[in-house]
Amino acid sequence: MTIKLSREIINHSLHEHVSSTDYSFESEAVVTDSASLVKICEVLKSAPGIELDYLSSVTAVDYPDYFEVVYLFYSIKHNHSLTLKVRCPDKQQPDIPSITPLYNGANYQEREIYDLFGISFVSHPKLRRIFLWEGYPGHPLRKDYGIGS
Amino acid sequence: MAHSTDSVFINLGPVHPSTHGVFRMRAHIDGEVITDIEPVFGYLHRGIEKLAEGKSYRQVIPLTDRLDYVASMNNNLAYCMAVEKLAGIEVPERAVYIRVIMAELQRIISHLLGIGSFFNDMGTFFTPFFYMFIQKEKITDLLEMVSGQRLLFNYMRFGGVSHDLPDPFLPALSQFLREMPAEIDKYERLLKENEIVLARSRNVGVLSREMAINSSISGPVLRASGVNWDIRKADPYSCYDRFDFDVPTGSNGDCYDRYRVRIEELRQSLRILEQAVSKLPKGKVINPVPLRFKPPVGEAYSHIEGNKGELGFYIVSDGSDKPYRMHVRAPSLLNLSALREMLIGWKLADAIIIFGSIDICLGEVDR
Amino acid sequence: MAELILFPASIRSELPFGFWLHLAIFAIGIIAILLTSVIIFIWFERRLVGRFQLRKGPNRAGPFGILQSVADVIKILTKEDIIPSRADKFLFWLAPVIAFSPVVVMLAVVPVAGGALLADLDIGILFIIAMSSITSLGIFTGGWASYNKYSLLSSMRVVSQLVSYEIPLILSLVGVVMLTGSLSLDEMVNAQNVPFILLQPTGFFIFFIASLAEISRSPFDLLEADSELVAGYNIEYSGMKFATFYLTEYCEAIVLSTLTATLFLGGWQGPWLPPLVWLLLKITLVFSIIVWIRATLPRLRIDQVMGFAWKFLLPLAVLNILLTGSFVAFWPEAPSWMIGIANLVLLIGYILFRSRFFKPGGVTVGAS
Repeated sequence: MTIKLSREIINHSLHEHVSSTDYSFESEAVVTDSASLVKICEVLKSAPGIELDYLSSVTAVDYPDYFEVVYLFYSIKHNHSLTLKVRCPDKQQPDIPSITPLYNGANYQEREIYDLFGISFVSHPKLRRIFLWEGYPGHPLRKDYGIGS
Repeated sequence: MAHSTDSVFINLGPVHPSTHGVFRMRAHIDGEVITDIEPVFGYLHRGIEKLAEGKSYRQVIPLTDRLDYVASMNNNLAYCMAVEKLAGIEVPERAVYIRVIMAELQRIISHLLGIGSFFNDMGTFFTPFFYMFIQKEKITDLLEMVSGQRLLFNYMRFGGVSHDLPDPFLPALSQFLREMPAEIDKYERLLKENEIVLARSRNVGVLSREMAINSSISGPVLRASGVNWDIRKADPYSCYDRFDFDVPTGSNGDCYDRYRVRIEELRQSLRILEQAVSKLPKGKVINPVPLRFKPPVGEAYSHIEGNKGELGFYIVSDGSDKPYRMHVRAPSLLNLSALREMLIGWKLADAIIIFGSIDICLGEVDR
Repeated sequence: MAELILFPASIRSELPFGFWLHLAIFAIGIIAILLTSVIIFIWFERRLVGRFQLRKGPNRAGPFGILQSVADVIKILTKEDIIPSRADKFLFWLAPVIAFSPVVVMLAVVPVAGGALLADLDIGILFIIAMSSITSLGIFTGGWASYNKYSLLSSMRVVSQLVSYEIPLILSLVGVVMLTGSLSLDEMVNAQNVPFILLQPTGFFIFFIASLAEISRSPFDLLEADSELVAGYNIEYSGMKFATFYLTEYCEAIVLSTLTATLFLGGWQGPWLPPLVWLLLKITLVFSIIVWIRATLPRLRIDQVMGFAWKFLLPLAVLNILLTGSFVAFWPEAPSWMIGIANLVLLIGYILFRSRFFKPGGVTVGAS
């Protein structure tokens, strides 16, 4: 059974590298901001006992007040998982650092989010639209994108 | 005299016999060798995730059929499991077993088609493909018995499945299970140690273990690279923890291993099916759920080991009768993450079979 | 009538305008038989492949679907003839002609009965080799003139493959020539009291494989590799021009089946049945084997194809020449069974020796 990482273990491995104000817990997920995302990912990818080496999925949700990008990690070695959420309150020009250099599997998913939500991933190697063509008006998965308009 | 050659740019797709749909690769080739390749997606983008936001939860089930259309039961299953997790719906025991039977039948269909078209790409002029298609049709007949459809089954419901198995189903399934091992042996005699198959697929398109994990590859492609990761074992869902089966893994991560893993998985699926049929309990097949039900506010992610890899549905509910957001973790798209690394440096003919060995379904890639 | 068609040389001179009558009958006969047999062989191949693939094959048009190819021909001929705007129009038009004519000409030196052939050339085999390489020129012209990258790639493959396989093909025939002492096909058939496949199994092996590559049949069907190059060199062709290319392919297959039958299977020779029937039966047999291979084997990659020709077939062909040559030079009165067995030993020994370098390998995937 893939178990969710407990708060104690996460706190234990993060406290040396990230200040405890940079992240918080919300039900089973870790919530952070875009400034400390890459740092947290780096730590969690290599920390002994955690080693979240497999990025299962990246997706985004358009909430009324903010964009939320949801990362789901597994550790194939230890068979545990972690959900990491990054909130992006700036709905006009949302940007988030890319974790493609760390996890190659994020490449297409970040492009997909860029395409459908308009969230730019800073330092992504090739941030271009993936499903729709360049110049397509709007970002369809945003809630303010009118269907049929 | 010094001279240099320009690389030629060619489009593989979107209309090309070996891209298995409307996929396009912009390839730069130097002679026959691929120097650079860029996949282009989106020719089959139907916006299913956006469409789902405008429909009630139950109306989304037919939409999920259209993701990976060679294994639509699996999509039904993953979506229903996600909604059940979100709303806390219990599934009757018999329905759980029926779901497993359907999922494994769909895995056999998908692997048969995957292997068959892989050998088509290798140039066998449809012979293995037809051998496998005959068996695939038998399964399709079985699935037609339970759902009335032959491609997009729309069979699962929240809290169970739409109908109980019809009477002729189990005898027909048992007959199929008796015949299928001999059929697999037939494919093995034809293909397993064929010199040309070995020459074409051995050590071709090698995907290392580290690259596979880092690129979020899943399913048979990941296991062919030597990673023992099968969600049926790692995070058992439905009733997979009650079955006895093995997870085949490869050692080289080449095209041949990917083909071998799929063949072995066919055998394991047959084992699971036999056990599921013998243990199938009696009872009701659905805990009825209101037509327009409203799950509580929250979010749920549920994943299954689909035919092509980890198939997951992430659903966010705002308490209304429509999903606020539905995301599909599509294995076909993510299995292409390492495509560029796998293709560069190989010849054009190799590129085709490497791409074929990944076995994608465009309905799922573009969604 | 039968005598007129088979036309032994003895009555040729007795008829008025014997020479011209002979020419006319054979030229018309060859073209008529070839073109109709293409239609039948296309149907035959589709039915046969259907059987190999556990299905029925075309069975709707006419009895056993035999009119299917006729319907296909009518369809193809009535299609619009499209020339790409940036194609080289003259060469685009010329290419099917260059490809098709030499194939028909090749049959001129093949005897259909004792002494019954259009032109009994002293250099019959050389003529065939020369003509068969012209076809690749037509294919290359067509691929190049189409102004299409796929067809260009395909034509490149054609040139490299055909040029390479020409060499083992020619060398494999040297053994036959040495045993016969002549280059004329008529004499070769006459010399086959025992079919040469028994005396020259190595030569037959090389010739058959190399001719599969020459006609680009599976497993050497790289030039039209439909999963890679869509259709290959004829991708831009339609209508009559496409039909000519298609015709060329099948004519080549039939002509090389004819050659295999003539050179190694005893040609028209055979008991009880008329010579022409024997020849047709043998052609059908060889063609069926070609179809069988097509339905079974995957395609090789271009470097493997080239490596096979240069590293495997060429040394074997040279060894075959040495072996047969030594018999002819030093022990001309050797019994024929001894030549055959020595040749067979060479073939089997060489294959076993070389297969040590091609490790088939075991199974890597096991349940864990």
